[in-house]
Amino acid sequence: MSEPAAPLLEVRDLQVRIPLSRGTVRAVDGASFTVGVGGAMGLVGESGCGKSMTLRAVMGLLPRPAEITGGQVLFAGEDLATARASRIRELRGRGIAMIFQEPMTALNPVMKVGAQIAEGPYAHLGYGRRKARERAIELMQLVGIPDPVRRSQSYPHELSGGMRQRVMIAIALSCEPQLILCDEPTTALDVTIQDQILKLLLRLREELGMSIVFVTHDLAVIAQTCQTLAVMYAGEVVEAGTVHEVFHQPRHPYTLGLLRSVPDPVDVRDVLDSIPGSPPDLVAPPPGCRFAPRCPFAEDDCLEGRKPLLPLEGDRASACIHPDRAAESVREQPVITGV
Amino acid sequence: MASAALEPATSLVEDRGRGFAGRWYRTPSFVAGLLILGTLIGLALAAPLVTRYSPTAQDLHHTLSGSSSQHWLGTDQLGRDVWSRLVYAGRVDLKVGFLAVLLPFLIGTTLGSLAGYYGGKLDMLIAYLVNVVVAFPFYVLIIAMSFVLGPGERSIYIAITFVGWVSYTRIIRAEILVAKRREYVEAAKVAGLRDSRIIVRHLLPNVIMQAVIFAMSDIILSLAAIVTLGYLGLGIQPPTPDWGDMIAGGQNFITTKWQLSVFPGLCVVLTGLGLSLLADGVNDLMRPE
Repeated sequence: MSEPAAPLLEVRDLQVRIPLSRGTVRAVDGASFTVGVGGAMGLVGESGCGKSMTLRAVMGLLPRPAEITGGQVLFAGEDLATARASRIRELRGRGIAMIFQEPMTALNPVMKVGAQIAEGPYAHLGYGRRKARERAIELMQLVGIPDPVRRSQSYPHELSGGMRQRVMIAIALSCEPQLILCDEPTTALDVTIQDQILKLLLRLREELGMSIVFVTHDLAVIAQTCQTLAVMYAGEVVEAGTVHEVFHQPRHPYTLGLLRSVPDPVDVRDVLDSIPGSPPDLVAPPPGCRFAPRCPFAEDDCLEGRKPLLPLEGDRASACIHPDRAAESVREQPVITGV
Repeated sequence: MASAALEPATSLVEDRGRGFAGRWYRTPSFVAGLLILGTLIGLALAAPLVTRYSPTAQDLHHTLSGSSSQHWLGTDQLGRDVWSRLVYAGRVDLKVGFLAVLLPFLIGTTLGSLAGYYGGKLDMLIAYLVNVVVAFPFYVLIIAMSFVLGPGERSIYIAITFVGWVSYTRIIRAEILVAKRREYVEAAKVAGLRDSRIIVRHLLPNVIMQAVIFAMSDIILSLAAIVTLGYLGLGIQPPTPDWGDMIAGGQNFITTKWQLSVFPGLCVVLTGLGLSLLADGVNDLMRPE
């Protein structure tokens, strides 16, 4: 099913910089990835690697003083990085919607949830008050909220975490967007609810034919929901490919390290590996490969020159100039068998 | 299954009672404030029903009389019924007091929202205007303005508005500054809503109560200003009764007919007490359990 259709979202060499008094932080430094129509892509990486900033840049929601200083964000062929604010506002909700990590803070505490869901249809689709209300109840039904007519009159604090996240999803769906960006949508939920919400998102994606981008540091979530993924490290995408290939045969030492640090329920490891050291300061990242200082396979040539994403076999790509080293390590000791 | 499991939670929600409707009568200060203020406003509204004499009708044969069944609180130096004047003055003073707060409230809230939400140059400009007004003492500015504009109701509105908006701007600006960083505002932006809608529908409902509570104490302040202006002869003009004017008029007879000044003074105090209690109660109600 991987026909080379035009991608819905294509991020090309995205640069996000944050000027601070101690220097400019290169929060995102040349990130590239694509999301196909109806596709589900995961964006993984540890805290501070730039994944949330990338998401915000796509949405045009960068917190001041962060700004896009280069690259393109092509949504259905239109560059959002240079689009006017009014155009981006038009696209928000209708073209691209977003689900936040913490549904309690992302919902207005003094507004009934039904009214909050109705905001989008009311503002964007030109629905009247009554029709928007009906649409809200319909959406609440769609995301599996029992007794939606009465629940629509509830305030966020009267709902459970799972229900609140369902409300968030209903809000995201309200104007039938083509793309939904999920910023760690299940991190704040316990695992049972997490599972329910992920299944709901998968079902909705199939039924409504939209694309999803998942930003998370939870590899299990990616395994459950996505077809492709991009691994970010220190503001760069270091590896991309299908979930299956990347999880089984990582071609970048950072991905390898990530996978080795995850407990595998099938092939229980004696020791969980961790990646030594900590991510570099993005004001002055190391020259050469940014992972090199922490990399067990690093050689001299890793320390010089930028390391762009290099295409490998299939749809894969890795920023590592010695991708065989990771492959070799996997041959000696498989990384993950649970997926 | 799912709906059965949800049942207890739902009934809890209804038990607790939602917001004001479920709790106001259990908040003592709110009830007390409501009673005091309700009585005062009720009397003022029902003025023609609870008085026997016109507040301006003079009876020079019966000046400065004491309490009697004819004149409950006696008469003043012009033989006017004190009770009538008190009630009718309440009509004027309460009306002007409330109205004089309305305009500063609206202007201040609007400017505060804009300054807080947009920040930058607009915020600096508004902050500058606020500082200019704040630099002058409240009463000096109000008295000076009433003097320039000439005494009367219209001057009171203008003077109090001119000085009063800054407090609302400061309160709302500070509240919006905090609230606009909340995620739900970002979520509203993500939904593609316009700034105006985000401010009016998503931000203001979260912060407006602070301004409303302040408005209640501000009514006391403006009432005090009106009474002060009346006392100085710059406020409501005779023969329209006004508590300030009554206090000033009774002053000359304070040793013999103390009630002439004390009763209107007491009315001012009572109104202030009622509003304070009410504001306190609203504040309590706002606090989540």
